[in-house]
Amino acid sequence: MKITLRVKRFEAGRDREPYWAEYEVEAEPTDRVLDLLHAVKWHQDSTLAFRRSCGHGVCGSDAMLINGRNRLACKVLVKELGARITIEPMRGFSVVRDLIVEMEGFFAKYRSVQPYLIADGEPPANERLQSPEQRAKFDDTTKCILCGACTTSCPSFWSNPDYVGPAAIVNAHRFLFDSRDQAAEERLALLGDRDGVWRCRTIYNCTEACPRGIEVTRAIGEVKKAILLGRR
Amino acid sequence: MYRGGEGQWAWILHRFTGLGVLLFLVIHILDTFVIVFGPETYDKVMALYRHPLFRVSEVGLAAAVLFHALNGIRITILDFFPEWSGRQRQFFYGVVAVFVLVFVPSAYVMLKPLF
Repeated sequence: MKITLRVKRFEAGRDREPYWAEYEVEAEPTDRVLDLLHAVKWHQDSTLAFRRSCGHGVCGSDAMLINGRNRLACKVLVKELGARITIEPMRGFSVVRDLIVEMEGFFAKYRSVQPYLIADGEPPANERLQSPEQRAKFDDTTKCILCGACTTSCPSFWSNPDYVGPAAIVNAHRFLFDSRDQAAEERLALLGDRDGVWRCRTIYNCTEACPRGIEVTRAIGEVKKAILLGRR
Repeated sequence: MYRGGEGQWAWILHRFTGLGVLLFLVIHILDTFVIVFGPETYDKVMALYRHPLFRVSEVGLAAAVLFHALNGIRITILDFFPEWSGRQRQFFYGVVAVFVLVFVPSAYVMLKPLF
């Protein structure tokens, strides 16, 4: 089938305003949007710039705004979108070039929640034991691939780029609700601050945007409750 | 425009109805303040409210207060019970259903004197 692909293009330092470029691409209904971008870049216009790495929904490189919703270009199929497909860079980040956005601030916020196990004291001789029930509490939030789809679908983040954002909260949740971790106080202090979880307005765009199906708003809600009630 | 789901529309409506109610409160404070210019002036200003245009605006105000209240309850429930997040859409449609059930008869009663 013939696909009309509209891509919002911009190069920092060269273009004054973003502009729309239109491409006609021949595709199968089962092709991914990433295949369309490849078709353009390899055969029509090699100046088109986008990020991608694994191409199989795992590395989290190719999140973009496709037909008005954040998705991974390598997971969404042409048949789900129809013959006219519009692609824009994710909202709320500055555009470096075409579909490539500046994500350093995003990763700085990820690092700020200390996304690693913090356990004081002597390490045990074997592994740190945990029951299946304890593990289940944070199972959902272990699935994050840091693509940025949730954070850039969030109206609170668009209006306040200082908001720590859904992705960082998801990754804090992964350790906050881990029975082996001991740094809850530090993480909750950061997330309970003015640019922490209380910026969330329970809009659910993040949950709907997550390509991994993480219940992001639920995780944020659980962190809010942990701060409010002082228990996890 | 980001094509969000029900949650995004509920949030946008919540903002607009909140602003609408705030605007009414400002007008209301100003109109009660007119009493300092004497009862006659106050009555004259109050008579404006009987104008059909104001009556229709009052129906809009009732709609704004009702939606804002119901959606506020929805958000509060979902914030306190995050485990029900999977059913947030049904919660939104519940809000719409209760809104219609309460608003339609209320609007009828409010607009009846006009006809």
